[in-house]
Amino acid sequence: MSQIPADLRYTKSHEWMRTLADGTVEIGITDHAQQSLGDLVFVEVPEAGRQLTAGDACAVVESVKAASDVYSPLTGEVVAGNAGLATQPELINKDPFGEGWILRLKPSAGGAAAESLDAAGYEAVVAAGG
Amino acid sequence: MPYIPHTPDDVRAMLERIGVPSIDGLFDEIPAALRVESLPGVPEALTEMEVSRLAAKRAAADGSPLNFIGAGAYEHHIPAPVWALVTRGEIYSAYTPYQAEASQGTLQIMYEYQSMIAGLAAMDVSNASLYDGASALAEACLMAVRAHRRSKSARILLPETINPVWRRVARAITEGQGLRLETLACDPASGCIDPARLAALSGEDITALVIPQPNFFGRLEDADALTRWARANGALVIAAVNPVSLAVMKPPGEWGDGGADIACGDAQPFGVPLSSGGPYVGFMACRMEHVRQLPGRIAGRTVDAEGKPGFTLTLQAREQHIRRAKATSNICTNQGLLMSAATIHLALLGPTGLDRVARACIARTGELVAALTQLPGVRVAFPGPRFHEAVLKLDRPVAPVLEALAADGIIGGFDLARDYPELGDALLVCATETRTRADIEAYARALGRVLGRAAAA
Repeated sequence: MSQIPADLRYTKSHEWMRTLADGTVEIGITDHAQQSLGDLVFVEVPEAGRQLTAGDACAVVESVKAASDVYSPLTGEVVAGNAGLATQPELINKDPFGEGWILRLKPSAGGAAAESLDAAGYEAVVAAGG
Repeated sequence: MPYIPHTPDDVRAMLERIGVPSIDGLFDEIPAALRVESLPGVPEALTEMEVSRLAAKRAAADGSPLNFIGAGAYEHHIPAPVWALVTRGEIYSAYTPYQAEASQGTLQIMYEYQSMIAGLAAMDVSNASLYDGASALAEACLMAVRAHRRSKSARILLPETINPVWRRVARAITEGQGLRLETLACDPASGCIDPARLAALSGEDITALVIPQPNFFGRLEDADALTRWARANGALVIAAVNPVSLAVMKPPGEWGDGGADIACGDAQPFGVPLSSGGPYVGFMACRMEHVRQLPGRIAGRTVDAEGKPGFTLTLQAREQHIRRAKATSNICTNQGLLMSAATIHLALLGPTGLDRVARACIARTGELVAALTQLPGVRVAFPGPRFHEAVLKLDRPVAPVLEALAADGIIGGFDLARDYPELGDALLVCATETRTRADIEAYARALGRVLGRAAAA
């Protein structure tokens, strides 16, 4: 059974979002997603300054068996990519909701957002095999 | 035994099962206006016996001329063991296996090939081959755009001194994918790119600069200065090199300050016969930081569960059988057979043998140029350091001269009139280690006769 912290928002494509004190949003992939992928061997994170539109592929997570895109749930500007993942992609396996964050985004005012779910809503997606 | 296993009964049964009336029904999605009912101009099928006779007759028409043409494909001596080994059942196949089908031997050949290419180019990692030098250059341009994440322009500077066929292929493959290949003019005095002229482009967003070494005219570019300019201006460096030359020249990984990012070229000179134009085999190597953008297959060395060494395809997650439309490239196969020939050829020669081949090429070409320029009306177009080709200027159009030489059994070189009309009556000649002093003298005598003048004493 994977963890689904109650204080985060989620997408159907298995990203999570955490709004930080300064208004930026931290984004990563869920525990369920990392379990499905298996041991990660490479993560490509976006560079700071890149403009993203909700739904854009913004990062790539690669395991020994698959490489998957990570989609931005929000429209905005990348403030930081997690540089630690370059040498330690396994941070996502060990701590998907903490040390394994992938990018921080400054949402643009009035920018489009993908449909997001609360923990219960995301749990239903996982339970349905999504 | 029929080669196609479906009998008419099989076909009928399959169509019935899926509820389609005929094979044509499977193509209903294609509008009738786009379908071709017949193929005019395609002749009737021939039997194997008829094809054999026709092919033998046409092959004989080639004769065995004395060859002084290079221009991208080079006649080298291929030691007999190369093709004796490549045609063994364990290796001889047109098919390149996927991981599950690849034997340890096949994987080891790939690994050895990659190790030798990477070593020659002074790069960290090599793939296990591409189709040919032209498509390798195209893939290198695409790779540079993927790898250079800060550059948004997709502008690639492509010198005029690169093989014109390679340039046409690179354009055909990349321009539909949004790349902008901009031609860098050749300095007419030197036959090279003048690094000083790049200053006009300094500060612009350029994704990559391609540096040919030696260039299409056989001349040596100032690879160090060109690499330094690219590094200073944030552009990646793609080296397009003749692999034989790497035995004696500074490898791309050591150019300028920090070296090239990607090295590519045609490995045909390693054990692959000319064969009227192909197939040949492309190579590509790069620095480790770009490895995930390197297209094609890569074999790695590892240990199995018992700690024994073994070989495996690696970094497959970036490839299309796993990543579908998001794959690094659309390359799903390679020239596995010719890559095997190149590996065996290089293993037989060793560093010393390859060094001797390269030095012999330089020496023979020097002798050829000296012999031909003894003739009045023949001079060197671009003086200066060269590898194993040179451009000669004649005092009359080249095409009729080449025709007359061909009648004497001599292929006298490559007429540059079509691709470089601004050079005037210019002929690209080449002599590898396979041309003897007697061959060169025969060419000089024949050219003297054709030009209607005796050689100056």
